[in-house]
Amino acid sequence: MNVAVAKTGSGRAVSDLFASAEGRLPGSPGVTAVRREAFETYERLGLPHRRIEEWKYTDLRALMGEVLPLAATPDAAALKRAVEAVKAHAIAGARKLVLVDGVFAADLSDVKPLVAEASFKTLRETLARDAGLLKTASTDAVIALNAALATDGVVLSIADGAQLSAPIQIIHVATAASASAFTRSQVTVGKGARATLVESFVAAGAAAYQVNDAVIISVGDDADVAHIRLMDDAPDAVNITSQFVTVGANTKLNFFNMTTGAAVSRLQGFITLAGEGTELSVNGVNLLKKTEHGDTTLVVDHAVPNCVSREIFRAVIDDRAHSVFQGRIIVRPDAQKTDGKMMTRALLLSDEAEADNKPELEIFADDVSCGHGATAGALDDSLLFYLKARGLPEKQAQALLIQAFVGEAIEQIADDGLREHVIGIAERWLERRQ
Amino acid sequence: MALLEVKDLKVRVEEREILHGLTLTVNEGEVHAIMGPNGSGKSTLSHVIAGKPGYEVTDGQILFKGEDLLEMAPEERAAKGVFLAFQYPVEIPGVATMTFLRTALNAQRKARGESEYSTPDFLKKVREVSKSLNIPQDMLKRGVNVGFSGGEKKRNEVLQMALFEPSLCILDEMDSGLDIDALRIAADGVNALRSPERAMVVITHYQRLLNYIVPDVVHVMSRGRVVKSGGKELALELEASGYAQFEAA
Ligand SMILES: Nc1ncnc2c1ncn2[C@@H]1O[C@H](COP(=O)(O)OP(=O)(O)OP(=O)(O)O)[C@@H](O)[C@H]1O
Ligand SMILES: [Mg+2]
Repeated sequence: MNVAVAKTGSGRAVSDLFASAEGRLPGSPGVTAVRREAFETYERLGLPHRRIEEWKYTDLRALMGEVLPLAATPDAAALKRAVEAVKAHAIAGARKLVLVDGVFAADLSDVKPLVAEASFKTLRETLARDAGLLKTASTDAVIALNAALATDGVVLSIADGAQLSAPIQIIHVATAASASAFTRSQVTVGKGARATLVESFVAAGAAAYQVNDAVIISVGDDADVAHIRLMDDAPDAVNITSQFVTVGANTKLNFFNMTTGAAVSRLQGFITLAGEGTELSVNGVNLLKKTEHGDTTLVVDHAVPNCVSREIFRAVIDDRAHSVFQGRIIVRPDAQKTDGKMMTRALLLSDEAEADNKPELEIFADDVSCGHGATAGALDDSLLFYLKARGLPEKQAQALLIQAFVGEAIEQIADDGLREHVIGIAERWLERRQ
Repeated sequence: MALLEVKDLKVRVEEREILHGLTLTVNEGEVHAIMGPNGSGKSTLSHVIAGKPGYEVTDGQILFKGEDLLEMAPEERAAKGVFLAFQYPVEIPGVATMTFLRTALNAQRKARGESEYSTPDFLKKVREVSKSLNIPQDMLKRGVNVGFSGGEKKRNEVLQMALFEPSLCILDEMDSGLDIDALRIAADGVNALRSPERAMVVITHYQRLLNYIVPDVVHVMSRGRVVKSGGKELALELEASGYAQFEAA
């Protein structure tokens, strides 16, 4: 394998891109220096490949090949398509913040009602002053690349004690084919606040595009946050998302991700429990078909005692698709009485479907209760036969059993409306199989 | 008219022949009982009629309303009116009984080119039937058979039978695991479905069930064949003498 060639190849593509994109990247001269440094880090590392332990199941050099040039500013026709896509994917009653091809679209967003309850800026605006948001303590190449090329994002701050009356929905719309969008957002939830955040990734007529998103989330003490991410990108798209989450004390954070799109996707979440008495629930569903590759990589870091974390992950894998779940639970020496569990199950709908599961427990405290479990298998023939004997055709019988299978993760979403919305997306995925 | 004709049926499971040339004819409006020792092939016969995979038919045929049943997928058989109440109904966690019932009923109706039930009509029908079978409504919200007692599972089978209104009902040991009251309720449910167009095949080990569901014909199955057929008095005879006389054959 000519990895070295691939590395130079992709590095050079970006190199050219960086030079040509530089004029379009927002930020003060200080920001530009940070970007250049981040880019150099990326160029040194190249795209992650299988010999990088964290990426061993998701070799981006092989899967993605090269980084595409930045998307051009959307024209009127593209914006019109974006409006339609937003309409189709909007959560009823939610305050929308829309990014089209990586740039905030004020006209498609509900800024006015939102700012009555939360403070809002675009990444572009904050970069006019300082580069703080481009800095993360990560050595990951895709995150460095994101810092170098992030064009926009949302910067949200929910005040202490705020009780948001409606969900906030960030919608990433892709309208440009064979181009990439780099976005970076920050969400800060104050002490005692209550909020629901939804992120949607959708296509508006675009194909073969690439998304590289980074989100930095910080949740204060005594808060109650539901965070739902719906990745429904075009079937030939690439979506690489990194999330950095820090959670305070006595907080409830309920995260859910569903992957129903993209040829290649990776959601890497790094969640640090930094305050005692917090309950974290992280749940995910991958619905993969054809040759799709979907990777969910989660690191839950119990940095303090007395927190509970629960992870439920379900993968439904059809055709020659490949699902990856890597879950690491870290329990720091002080984090006594940690209760951390993860359970992952994969449903293989074809003989060529593939599931990789890598659970890791790194426990440095002695009085803890941690565990993980994993299963992988086909649909139960006796259940299928029972349903068929009652008149359900094969695919419909499968659909009912698949819904039940993913239901175990979806039912962790507390809000009825959001749960129904998610079930609807899963149902449409199943209908496309029939 | 013959509703079901099983002719000289030979069936293998994992290279072993279980049914060795079984013949059985059931006419519209009739109730047939099949009795026979453990392992004689009663459930195998019912599974082959319903279309369960894993059985190899090496000889013979099964006609249902004159059509070749073995050519049909299980769901086609169901839509055409074949219903098997399983000896061991499976549990399906995560699929609410109500959702299952509606999906199944509408799938059958769709296959027959009939319109789907509206939600109110469906709910009304389920409520009526479940009430007559003493099935509490909250049971229908649970996963299919999940956490149901043995008796409840059997009643759920009869509930489905009443909802789907099949023309051939095969009841495989419907009475096992039922207490006396539950047996009477279930049998009443079955009797309510008796009609000149509908036939039933009742597989049982106990003559007692046949006091409630009185058969027109009783068959004795032994070692993969029907070895004797007669009237309802044959069941009483068996109760007295056991199967030894047939085992020798
Ligand atoms: N899947 C299978 N694999 C191997 N043998 C099987 C299988 N299914 C049935 N058999 C065998 O076929 C024979 C008939 O079984 P079947 O269940 O039809 O009997 P039955 O008459 O219904 O018995 P019972 O009264 O105990 O319910 C038995 O010897 C059984 O072990
Ligand atoms: Mg049996």
